[in-house]
Amino acid sequence: MEVDKKEEIASDSSEQVVNPWEVSAKDGGKIDYDKLIDQFGCQRLDESLIDRVERLTSRQPHVFLRRGVFFAHRDFDLVLDAYERGDKFYLYTGRGPSSEALHLGHLIPFMFTKYLQEAFKVPLVIQLTDDEKCMWKNLSVEESQRLARENAKDIIACGFDVTKTFIFSDFDYVGGAFYKNMVKVAKCVTLNKAMGIFGFSGEDHIGKLSFPPVQAVPSFPSSFPHLFPGKDKLRCLIPCAIDQDPYFRMTRDVAPRLGYSKPALIESSFFPALQASGENGKMSASDPNSAIYVTDTAKDIKNKICVNGGQDSIEKHREIGANLEVDIPVKYLSFFLEDDAELEHIKKEYGEGRMLTGEVKKRLTEVLTGMVERHRMARAAVTEEMVDAFMAVRPLPNMFE
Amino acid sequence: MGFSKDHLLARLQELQIDYSKYEHPPVLTVEEQAKYVSSSEGALSKNLFLKDKKNRYYIVSAMTDTKVDMKVLSQRLGLGKGGIRMAPEEALSELLQVSLGCVTPFAVVNESARDVSLLLDQKFKNQTRCIFHPLSNDVSISLNTLGLDKFLQSIGRDSVYIDLEANPVVGKDQPPDLAVYVPSNSVVVPELPTKTASIQTASKNVSAEKTKPVASAKPSKLAGNVKSAVEDSALLVFKNPEKFVEEILDKTTALLLSEGKGENVEALAETFRKRLTSEFTHLAVMYKNTAYSQGFYAGTQSQPKRP
Repeated sequence: MEVDKKEEIASDSSEQVVNPWEVSAKDGGKIDYDKLIDQFGCQRLDESLIDRVERLTSRQPHVFLRRGVFFAHRDFDLVLDAYERGDKFYLYTGRGPSSEALHLGHLIPFMFTKYLQEAFKVPLVIQLTDDEKCMWKNLSVEESQRLARENAKDIIACGFDVTKTFIFSDFDYVGGAFYKNMVKVAKCVTLNKAMGIFGFSGEDHIGKLSFPPVQAVPSFPSSFPHLFPGKDKLRCLIPCAIDQDPYFRMTRDVAPRLGYSKPALIESSFFPALQASGENGKMSASDPNSAIYVTDTAKDIKNKICVNGGQDSIEKHREIGANLEVDIPVKYLSFFLEDDAELEHIKKEYGEGRMLTGEVKKRLTEVLTGMVERHRMARAAVTEEMVDAFMAVRPLPNMFE
Repeated sequence: MGFSKDHLLARLQELQIDYSKYEHPPVLTVEEQAKYVSSSEGALSKNLFLKDKKNRYYIVSAMTDTKVDMKVLSQRLGLGKGGIRMAPEEALSELLQVSLGCVTPFAVVNESARDVSLLLDQKFKNQTRCIFHPLSNDVSISLNTLGLDKFLQSIGRDSVYIDLEANPVVGKDQPPDLAVYVPSNSVVVPELPTKTASIQTASKNVSAEKTKPVASAKPSKLAGNVKSAVEDSALLVFKNPEKFVEEILDKTTALLLSEGKGENVEALAETFRKRLTSEFTHLAVMYKNTAYSQGFYAGTQSQPKRP
């Protein structure tokens, strides 16, 4: 993975590094999210906001909200204020298609976005940054386009509504109104600023320098004249992982100068890698054993889960209980086990030594296998025609229903 | 479009796959083949062409001394104990376009065999070379498994090597480990032997008719058509109203039967809502997406109204 030097955020190993191309904790420890929020200048997503979401959508908030997976935001409160007044918004999220194999970590923002789409009844644009991967991962144009289409299928399998969702790849869509906005944004960001935010240097090729506007402009409704004609003031909410924050800090800075609303963000923490120690950043596609893939079989999943929170012997375990701080299966269950009561029960019993590691592993295997199976079934139903339909530049007349 | 052996050999050469060729009188059995091709040239293979009750086909290619237990294989594929048997002769000619005694992994090069699942003995990987018929039983070729893999890749297939002698437990908590290799599409082969399969000369193209209207689904390049059996019915569930309703009722009644003992009705209703809402919504969205996509496609193909 590319490691870009950064000036804004210190990059020596004694500080944590979080940017779109690198995520690593300080001294191989855990990511300090409080520090990150401070550093980036975003807000904590607190209980009161979650309660508001519940009231406005008349349904239980998504498990990722309840468990603090999506934990930070910018202006989400303003979006909710506007929503209450009857002013809708649209969602924008994306994926950099660098590999065919998607793992659960990749699906998290999509699962959450799907919930937001259903709960708030709003449209969604999904950007596949095939150009970015072509540039950063040195893929051929054809390969990155192919990967984009393949990834689109897994994304569609998450359950997005085709009457409210527009998926586009940069290579296909950049041009027209979208490009006009890109140029407007580019004019507002000096080279020095870009180098500061993204860590570009004199050695980087100019393709990389010119990319940030591409990821910025989907936040502006005028980039999609076929979707939002005349709705220039429509707000945008961007669910993403917190490492994408730099792009949108830049965008928010530029927006008022262009007469656009600032996009709001709702940000997630990183999905922990399966290996406990060593690689303490996020689940990574470049290390197959660190991740659960959507193509994994039940057997694969079972083998990949290594329980690390139990004590060395059963007696010792029953005596002191498990180490819930480091235990990976419990972390995973907190992401994916819907039932709050059951999770509490497991944490209590396991933490006090009455439940053994085998049982926790079994429950997690069940949950993950169920998810992966359901995804596979849905994925099998995604045809080439369906991808074409999602990616067609077409109006979405019922987008707010 | 039935591939001939010459076609195949030329293709192997194009791909720069190293192989040795042995010509001999036509042989129908491994014993006969062994008379002409000595084991110093490579490991002989036995090749089975199998079919399950849902008209899905499999080629199992194994070392001659590997014990292939059909009952175990059937269970591991998730087909129950007696779910798999030798495929009839018509299928051999229709799908693989080879003659008797000529089943070979190479047969999957034919379009007609695109839904045939190919399972290879993992013991092949330890051999320097393995021997197969190149679509004709008067020739044998020996090549390394890497060469076979390269060939399969060139036609968009993944090589699947399995431990054929393993006998894992298959039960409620242990899903069949080979179920993922069950083809997603079934094939109906006409009963009457309408043609002799002579593949020496690239004979008339006969591809088997499919019964299910798998209209828009092109086979996924990813795994060369090896997907779970579950996914076969998944496609129909999202296209066919009856199957859709059946799926919903199946899941609802299953939940009723597992949870409905002794619960009061209100609590049960709550459980239903809680457990089924998200799953059914997901199903419904996929159904909607499928319908929209079909309509969209129809729109792109439709003729403008006559003035």
